[in-house]
Amino acid sequence: MKPRNELTEKFYRLYRENLPAIESVSASLLNRSREEAIEKFMQSGIPTRKTEAYRYTPLETYFGYEYHNYIPASTDFERVRRFKCDVEDLDCYSIILHNGYFPESGVKHITLPGNIWLGSLNEAAEKFKSVVENHLGKYSGREDDGLIHLNTAMSPGGLFVHIPAGIMVEKPVQIINLVDSEQDIFNQKRNLIIVEPGSSITLIVCDHTISLNRFLTNTVTEVYVGENSHFNIIRVQNEHNNSFKITGTFIYQEKNSVVSSNNITLHGGMVRNNTYHYLAGEGAQCSSYGLYLADKMQHVDNYVNVEHLAPGCTSNQLFKGVLDEMARGVFNGRIYVEKGAQGTSAYQKNNSIILTDDARMYTRPHLEIFADDVKCSHGATVGQLDEDAMFYLQSRGINKNEAKLMLMAAFADEVIQKINIGPLRQRIIGLVIKRLRGELSRCAFCVVKCN
Amino acid sequence: MLVIKNLRATVGGREILKGISLEVKEGEIHAIMGPNGSGKSTFAAVIAGRDYATVTEGTVTYLGRNLLEMSPDERALEGIFLGFQYPVEIPGVSMTNFLKTAVNEQRKHRGLEPLSASDFLKMMREKKELVGLDSKLDNRSVNEGFSGGEKKKNEIFQMAMLEPRLAILDETDSGLDIDALKVVANGVNKLRRPDNAFIVITHYQRLLDYIIPDVVHVLYDGRIVMTSGRELAIELEQKGYEWIKREVEKSGI
Repeated sequence: MKPRNELTEKFYRLYRENLPAIESVSASLLNRSREEAIEKFMQSGIPTRKTEAYRYTPLETYFGYEYHNYIPASTDFERVRRFKCDVEDLDCYSIILHNGYFPESGVKHITLPGNIWLGSLNEAAEKFKSVVENHLGKYSGREDDGLIHLNTAMSPGGLFVHIPAGIMVEKPVQIINLVDSEQDIFNQKRNLIIVEPGSSITLIVCDHTISLNRFLTNTVTEVYVGENSHFNIIRVQNEHNNSFKITGTFIYQEKNSVVSSNNITLHGGMVRNNTYHYLAGEGAQCSSYGLYLADKMQHVDNYVNVEHLAPGCTSNQLFKGVLDEMARGVFNGRIYVEKGAQGTSAYQKNNSIILTDDARMYTRPHLEIFADDVKCSHGATVGQLDEDAMFYLQSRGINKNEAKLMLMAAFADEVIQKINIGPLRQRIIGLVIKRLRGELSRCAFCVVKCN
Repeated sequence: MLVIKNLRATVGGREILKGISLEVKEGEIHAIMGPNGSGKSTFAAVIAGRDYATVTEGTVTYLGRNLLEMSPDERALEGIFLGFQYPVEIPGVSMTNFLKTAVNEQRKHRGLEPLSASDFLKMMREKKELVGLDSKLDNRSVNEGFSGGEKKKNEIFQMAMLEPRLAILDETDSGLDIDALKVVANGVNKLRRPDNAFIVITHYQRLLDYIIPDVVHVLYDGRIVMTSGRELAIELEQKGYEWIKREVEKSGI
């Protein structure tokens, strides 16, 4: 086995050095895949600019820094305990994670009405052995991406969510993830979410950084959505400029299931969201939304891959963003329609506004269609604010800055309106406006410093 | 109130306004008529501060100040209002938020406190009633999905909300049925005060059956070629713009 490049070798060494410690905190179900995964990682390596899917995102920069490999241990969770989310009237179940893991050292799970189980993946690997065995690695394993292999090789676990069959969870479940460390850390969480048939759940995932250290995160989240189930995930990414974050979300859908994913990227040094939708059962529907606001040297990259694997499925991608100063935005939207997937409807739209000459947006639709009865459309625009609309607002006495802000907020509104939880939507509107004004976009009474 | 002297302006390098002089006093209603392409909309754009037209010569003095030095929003705060020929649709900006921002900017400029939410809604109701606007505006984006008539009525409603000193209505009547036309005319008549003024730009005489102007100007090829009382509009309606063209050629202006 010959390492492909220096960077790949560096992470191989990190694996070897940390393996005993990782194995000691992990379930055997996770440990047994590590050797095979690291071998695959050595074949594919850390993606470079030569890797088509990562062409516009220089991972070598972010992976080039030195990090301490993060393994959860009983440390100081004071700040986590102090944290309070103050979204008004948001009636939800709420859990707080520390760097992606349950902070409590004793019981590492909670159960909600209807026997909904949220807890440590390692604990679940014992308690839900056959479920975890059936699903773990099955969906992310469809892709040959060095980052997925690295996660499988090194992850010390993460979150497991289980919704039993026939359970409609009325209240959303909010997962607040606080990123906090005294050291610069490399963190690879592994999450697994199982929505059994005929169930429904909404997850709100809020990521915040607390300490100003450098963070590199490589998360893999696999989601199984059973027949007739609904799964709705809203991510609010609000991290500082030294935080580099790669999320891989692999959502596998059975017959007549409905999925909605919304990535709201408010702030972060580098964010790369890989969102995979596998429409594997007839009549499944998925919506993949995203909003990205970036300035300074920030870099936000959304890679969306929708695969129509069964007939009569519908998919809809809508990604919008505003780029200011030197920011970079990337959108890669793939629609793949398998030969037998007749009656497919697949739509894609990406609109970006660039406010300066130095900001850049790279947008690439990618359609591979092998069936003949398919409705498909895609469209991408990159432009400036509408001058006629600017003048209209100004002609009513609204100054240029305020007019600009109103138009940017209006532009973002199309994505925000997809959030179907009123109080959360209101809060996001507020955060987006604050962000567009250049103010700190953190929640008013939040103890967390995001910028 | 408004004194324009020898105003010349170009659009994309072509001269459109070729020396316009005009004076509007408080309490007056002026009508500017003219065939298509005579420079009516460019004139409105220059007064409102749209930057696609470049002023090359002349002066525009508004309430003693050099209007051409002011930004579009400054002009609006000083009391100038433009009723658009083609009101812009702005998806995502709610009518309520838009108007509230505009009204409160005006109030701030006049040294007044911002309106409370309930006072603002009350004001909206009153002004809607005043101009006879029956469309529902809550939860709608600015002009989005409005019919042609609704858009024009919305312009008049905005005018009522902002209470300008000088309103320029740029072909607000075009494309309107008689009912919508009456709403527009009615709005102007109700908002008319001794201390404000209107410039009504129109292609047809029709609107002037409902709004009685003090002065009628005819704009042709970037110049005001005739100025007279209300009777000029009626004569124009009977004889058509060809008559003006012949008159202009005869006199060799």
